[in-house]
Amino acid sequence: MSSRNAILDSLRAAQRTPATLPDVPMFDAGLPLALDTFKETLAQMGGTWADRSMDGDLDAQIRARFPDAKVICSAVPEVAGTRRIEDVRDPHELNDVDVGIVRPRFAVAETGSIWLSEVQYQVNALGYLSQHLVALLDPADIVGNLHHAYHRSEFFGANYAVLMSGPSATADIEGVLILGAQGIRSLTVIPAPRVRYPG
Amino acid sequence: MKVALFVPCFIDAFFPNVGVATLELLERLGCDVDFPLEQTCCGQPMGNSGCEKDAAATEALFIENFTGYDYIVAPSGSCVHHVRDHFTAIEATAESKAVRANTYELVEFLHDVLKVDALPWAEFPHKVGLHNSCGKLRGLRTAKMSEVDEPFFSKPLSLLNKVKGIEFVMPARPDECCGFGGTFCVTEEPVSARMGQDKVRDHKQAGAEYIVSADSSCLMHQKGCSERLGLDLKFIHIAQILNGARS
Amino acid sequence: MKRVDHVKASREFIGEEKHLEFHDRRLWTLRTLRDKAAHGIEEWEELRSLASGIKEHTLTHLADYLEEFERNATKNGVIVHWAKDAEEHNRIVHGILESRHAKTLVKSKSMLTEECEMREYLEARGITVVESDLGERVQQLDHQRPAHVVVPAVHKLASDVARVFAKTLGTDPDNNDVHYLAEAQRDATRPLILNAEAGMTGCNFAVAATGGITVCTNEGNADLNANVPPLHIASIGIEKVIPKLEHLGVFIRMLSRSALGAPITQYTSHFRGPRKGGEMHFVLVDNGRSARLAMDDFWYSLKCIRCGACMNTCPVYRRSSGLSYGGVYSGPIGAIINPTFDLKKYSALPFASTMNGSCTNVCPVKINIHEQIYKWRQIVAEQHELPFIKKEAMKVAGKVLAEPKLYRVAIKAADTAVAKLPRAFIYNPFNAWGKQREVPDAPQQTFRDWYLKNRKAK
Repeated sequence: MSSRNAILDSLRAAQRTPATLPDVPMFDAGLPLALDTFKETLAQMGGTWADRSMDGDLDAQIRARFPDAKVICSAVPEVAGTRRIEDVRDPHELNDVDVGIVRPRFAVAETGSIWLSEVQYQVNALGYLSQHLVALLDPADIVGNLHHAYHRSEFFGANYAVLMSGPSATADIEGVLILGAQGIRSLTVIPAPRVRYPG
Repeated sequence: MKVALFVPCFIDAFFPNVGVATLELLERLGCDVDFPLEQTCCGQPMGNSGCEKDAAATEALFIENFTGYDYIVAPSGSCVHHVRDHFTAIEATAESKAVRANTYELVEFLHDVLKVDALPWAEFPHKVGLHNSCGKLRGLRTAKMSEVDEPFFSKPLSLLNKVKGIEFVMPARPDECCGFGGTFCVTEEPVSARMGQDKVRDHKQAGAEYIVSADSSCLMHQKGCSERLGLDLKFIHIAQILNGARS
Repeated sequence: MKRVDHVKASREFIGEEKHLEFHDRRLWTLRTLRDKAAHGIEEWEELRSLASGIKEHTLTHLADYLEEFERNATKNGVIVHWAKDAEEHNRIVHGILESRHAKTLVKSKSMLTEECEMREYLEARGITVVESDLGERVQQLDHQRPAHVVVPAVHKLASDVARVFAKTLGTDPDNNDVHYLAEAQRDATRPLILNAEAGMTGCNFAVAATGGITVCTNEGNADLNANVPPLHIASIGIEKVIPKLEHLGVFIRMLSRSALGAPITQYTSHFRGPRKGGEMHFVLVDNGRSARLAMDDFWYSLKCIRCGACMNTCPVYRRSSGLSYGGVYSGPIGAIINPTFDLKKYSALPFASTMNGSCTNVCPVKINIHEQIYKWRQIVAEQHELPFIKKEAMKVAGKVLAEPKLYRVAIKAADTAVAKLPRAFIYNPFNAWGKQREVPDAPQQTFRDWYLKNRKAK
């Protein structure tokens, strides 16, 4: 008998009395303002909110924020960067990226999280090999809590999806907080409305 | 109301004054109290050692001794918790179920049944650290547990608040276990002793002169640790304070 | 298998004052942070009930949900394998790696792979396994198992890590700066990730309705391991299944709050299918779980989501450290899981507890941990595996305490012993009570004697 069938048989043989599946409410009554909460929790998770610069020039704002950056790899039309993600074939090519630019599909106020998948990344490793990440977020894309997040259909259209909450971190050694443990050292979120097409 | 007094084995042996204070207090509050002379123990030592089956005869004797009373009151949270929740070595009968359900820890009895609202003879002008044993706190639910976000309540505190002159100090870890744990105190001696030392040091740094508890087992363990450490702490059972002890 | 001696290990740990003090303080801090996070959510207790209810429903329908999970994962292009035990898991993983000519495997945290002793198995067959989580890497390089499910090296001080890294990564042995050490590990690990032919993750939750898995990390190392090498293998304990995507709302809200007091882990990663040109394998593992499901008193332990909250709150764990439990799982959850793997070896663990009940209160899925500990003691005694107290002694105690006259004689003897025996008799290394505590004073008379004198006369 295959292990598969042996395991399934063993489980069924346990004959546990079936327990009912509870309904999960949305727990969204009286949630505070999504944008304010998002900014708070983003900061709590070690991320940074940066208001759009006065002239709206994102490339300039990013270059000013990361003056030593040599490779700025952009996955968004609004930022030119020094390299386009469309030109990247293999994730290994992204190891020299100083700053990656992405646009999350949505964000979660409760946890300060941004949601990204291969649709937004194009090459997923952009979010992890880069030294820093900048996310252009439309405030209208912020949902109140994780219950709302986990009702989103985008999960079903993605082979890989992440809720990223702040930069890579660890406190494994004597409880000292380290940002940039393995992945990005900083996450900056800049508000930028998404271009919406009619229809 | 027929009340029986259950004096746990180690109180009978080492802390008879706690039994005396409990009896006197109940009598002061108007109870007619019997002390069944053939009582022994609740069976906890066997149960906690994994030998529940060996506790069967002891449990049966307990039921025999305490059948027919409206309330059985004991000055020990851990024993009452055992009677109510772990008395499973013997077959459940209508009798055993009744005895188990009617067994109360002293504070529970005073607070829930007698609904004591005054203790005019009680005065204890000292700084006191209150220790709720885990059996009493999480087993019998006599006070708010720090893990759970529930409204504050404390049956022992509400009784002690009626004592003139008493002052409370709060340790940093109010309901961390003190490390007695039954046979744990000798089988896992290193951790048990360390837990006891941490507990008494915590109360000491909070400014306690006395540590009060409804469980003599915890007090015995903490007192042992405190004396070895040379801390100037005194230990007293809640029955003694409520009964009017001044020190 | 030799019985794990928790007492001896704890005595050694307590002897290291600096380590003990930090360990206890750090984990109590995590418990405090957990309280703050949990109390900040009005519906926390309701979430606990939901989490427990979802898990109990799933576990009582587990075969059906596993089949649904397999169907959907396969549809998504994932290759699904089934392993009935640790040995088979290791063979399957090795088979996948060998067929793809993979020589280096980078992996993120997985208690299941520790259970299977996968690293040793693969390394013996010429495959380099690199732990990418900082705490796991420290432990791997120090040849120790993880000491805690969430913070694997919490028992170590920075100086210990400096010692390990100096030996293995060539760092400065005198530099204890945590940032320096963390950066050194980042620098040393990055090239290994880039050159690895395969990446492995564990699995926190496997969603039947999507056929995908969710992996929670703070470092993002699971995302690196899965998105850089072309091959991704995930080891999944069969009890990790939950029915629907929306159920993640409950578990993700609870996991990190219970573990560290943070609303979420830095990375909550969802893997549903291979990327273009890549390959994804799921290995579903039983290794005793279906047997545990059949245990009437103990199947609840399968609800565990590995948050570590029980370890953080346990006063015994904090003062003895995870390594003293001698197994993959430690602390309260270890005390109720490990005996299912080897009753004799772990027979002391259910006694490494005061049964204070704090663990049960903090468990996000409402496992009645301390009650299971009590029940395990009965099993250990039944199988004659009692580690300390002779079963015979308990039989005698049972007889004495059931016989009023015998009981009264024993009590008198105890009082006399305390009153009359010289100090050296009472306070010696063989008398465990007296090692670090004073013995109670001997009273003049028992309560019963007082009662007979003062009340019965009336």
